[in-house]
Amino acid sequence: MTRPTFSRRAHLQQLALGAGLAATGLLPARLALAAQAENNPSEQRLVVVLLRGALDGLSAVPALGDPAWAALRGGAETPTALPLDSTFGMHPGLAHLHRWYLNKELAVVHAVASPYRERSHFDAQQLLESGGERPFVLSTGWLARALQASQHSAVAMTPAMPLALRGADRANTWTPSRRPNKSQDTLDRIAAMYADDVPLASALAQAMEQQDKSMGPEASTGAGLTVLAKQAGAFLSAPRGPRVAWLEVGGWDTHSQQSARLGRMLPALDEALAGLRESLSVHWATTTVLVMTEFGRSASMNGSQGTDHGTAGAAFVAGGQVAGGQVLTDWPGLGRHQLLDGRDLRPTRDIRALIMPIVQRQFQLSTGVMSAVLPGASQPLGNLWRV
Amino acid sequence: MQAAHLASHRFGYSQPQLQTLANDPRSWVLTQFERPAEFDTEGLIGSAKAWQITRDVLQAALNPSTPPNTNPSQDALGPMTPARQVLRQTNLHGLGKRWQHMAQTTTPVAERWVQFWANHFCVAATKGATLALVWPHEYEAIRPHAWGTYKALLRAAIVHPAMLLYLDNAQSIGPQSMAGRRRDRGLNENLARELLELHTLGVKAGYTQDDVTQTAKLLTGWTVGPNTAGVARFMENLHQPGKKTILGNTYPEGPQALDLLLTDLARHPACADFMASKLCRHFVTDAPPVALVQAVAAQFRRTDGDLKAVAVALFSHDLAWQEDLPPKFKRPEECMISAHRLMQKKVINVENSANWVQTMGQAMARAPSPQGWPDLSADWLSPDAVIKRIQWAERYGELYGKDVDARDLMQQAFGPNLSTSTAQTIARAESGAQALAFALASPELMRR
Repeated sequence: MTRPTFSRRAHLQQLALGAGLAATGLLPARLALAAQAENNPSEQRLVVVLLRGALDGLSAVPALGDPAWAALRGGAETPTALPLDSTFGMHPGLAHLHRWYLNKELAVVHAVASPYRERSHFDAQQLLESGGERPFVLSTGWLARALQASQHSAVAMTPAMPLALRGADRANTWTPSRRPNKSQDTLDRIAAMYADDVPLASALAQAMEQQDKSMGPEASTGAGLTVLAKQAGAFLSAPRGPRVAWLEVGGWDTHSQQSARLGRMLPALDEALAGLRESLSVHWATTTVLVMTEFGRSASMNGSQGTDHGTAGAAFVAGGQVAGGQVLTDWPGLGRHQLLDGRDLRPTRDIRALIMPIVQRQFQLSTGVMSAVLPGASQPLGNLWRV
Repeated sequence: MQAAHLASHRFGYSQPQLQTLANDPRSWVLTQFERPAEFDTEGLIGSAKAWQITRDVLQAALNPSTPPNTNPSQDALGPMTPARQVLRQTNLHGLGKRWQHMAQTTTPVAERWVQFWANHFCVAATKGATLALVWPHEYEAIRPHAWGTYKALLRAAIVHPAMLLYLDNAQSIGPQSMAGRRRDRGLNENLARELLELHTLGVKAGYTQDDVTQTAKLLTGWTVGPNTAGVARFMENLHQPGKKTILGNTYPEGPQALDLLLTDLARHPACADFMASKLCRHFVTDAPPVALVQAVAAQFRRTDGDLKAVAVALFSHDLAWQEDLPPKFKRPEECMISAHRLMQKKVINVENSANWVQTMGQAMARAPSPQGWPDLSADWLSPDAVIKRIQWAERYGELYGKDVDARDLMQQAFGPNLSTSTAQTIARAESGAQALAFALASPELMRR
């Protein structure tokens, strides 16, 4: 494992000083870093966070100014929402994200959904990760196809390879260890033993390469999202480390006691994203974070203070280059006749229109390759970048 | 020996001595379904008691007299109260009994069959209400019904405190029921949707949102709580009045509708196809031969879901014994159980083994979704998974390498199917510990 040398650490501190100036309002330092990244794809970084189980977008980003809000959610939901604009607020558990929004480093995309219109988690996640138009048509992931067309490598902070990254040669998985591998000799001999089993051999080779490249020290205990997010930041910051990271967290399927559960889970997500940023340090300026979920939830509360499976929801984009401080939406309204099937927030935007410009910035792909990464997707979302 | 190898490793949890089933591997598999080894339930508590233990834990966590949470390693349940100690011991005991059975049973294929259904009707301790109920669900609802009809298994799996709480039916209330009109409460469609999508028909069967809503209404009343003393029961005052129409069939008001619906769902052609494809994918290979799936589905339909007959159709079909199918990558728990079977050692430290299985990606009793643990090799074989399995193999090498001869162990278990590469790697190990680590990290042990 390579550890940062003293001189490199000093260099990082100098960079951090620059970022500090940027944070005090002297923006040029940050812009300069960002501009540098745009010309140098190997400095561009991407973190994708998948919230499995379907986050209730109307809890995370309540439409307080919608005329139908009070009747739908007014009683139960987020009376203390943090203000975003005249229509929308943010769940009080997302304090860091709210600060980023005010700092114009985070944008909300609302009333967004994949092309899927049924309500199965498993179909919806398959589609969101594969990037097609119907579930189970594609068996590789959109992120994997983009990686294949680039020089980047990726790491998923998960025990198993998420579908989004299946099909990529330079994709790794990582979780904290209970113990260090004892000897390189054992690993080398096992690698030789796997010679005839190609999937095992290549998985082990990937893992060993990751161990070579990662910036230590690796977290050895704890599996909380914040631990994983910070480690992801460390990997992305390593000079030869991956430039794409995948995080995921389940538990968003709030059929009951939604308010209490989100009251615990949203702050944990917020904390993890803050940890990611802290760990990225100066590289925040060249990082884009996408937070997405497989679908939204029913607009009205169900019979047990929860919500059932719905359609459109909210996504977040944050980072040093994002044109933050805006809620990007073609808001469909929450009136009964405005809801999809009389029950769900109506999708007005394909989430792939949001993924497209993010993939484009990260991987700089030709139009032809882009149409293989996200087949059928069109009309990339504009106004997403500040620089 | 090839058939014996498939019987031992593809269908079972790996036998220590391949020779013992070499005579007639097929009947070794099939007779297991005639006389599955009995599961020892001594010392295991009933689900009503488990429900009470869970309730005690949740109440202790809510109790304002509980000292403030100062230790950062504590979780949402707060400090280790006496109630949590009971919960922990209960769950460890349940898991331990289960693992001893899996590691020592003389009918491992039948045990795989039980575990298949336990995963199909997944419940998980990922919410407070189900903390102590996962293992009772397996030994009360799944295990006794794994050899009967699918409909009986389905009913037992659904009408159990664990499932009613895990998928929220316990708090689904008919809006026009007595309770619904009195309190501003109503439907929760979680169980209804998963009953159609995951338990019976599959997502492509063509049901609509209205079918889901109607199913949710039909299921109202089936609950568990303080009013039922932790037992799954039908409570009239929660039940949505009126008839319900689901997939074109009309069901009456009342508790009898449940059996009518479950019978119809179990007989739906999509159910047989869905079960057959899941079974073949689990027991044979990730992309099983279509003719095999069709044969199993046909038997399911012909016998009205007689599970023993379905097992016979699967395990007596030549395509299930086809040699050159791509092998599957074992789940972490299967790997660990295989290791204990090959070493012929009991699982001594259940908690430590559970920690290792979790490190390898499978947190026991905490499957990530109602779909249960995924079943494709690609869902498990990843760089991190391989590293973690090697770390586990090294640890088991240290623990057991002194009293196990890994060369002999692998020769006995795999015979002529042991690859030269694995045999040589083990033979050249620098210590007994390293030799066993190689054996447990070998492709032979990780695949089935």
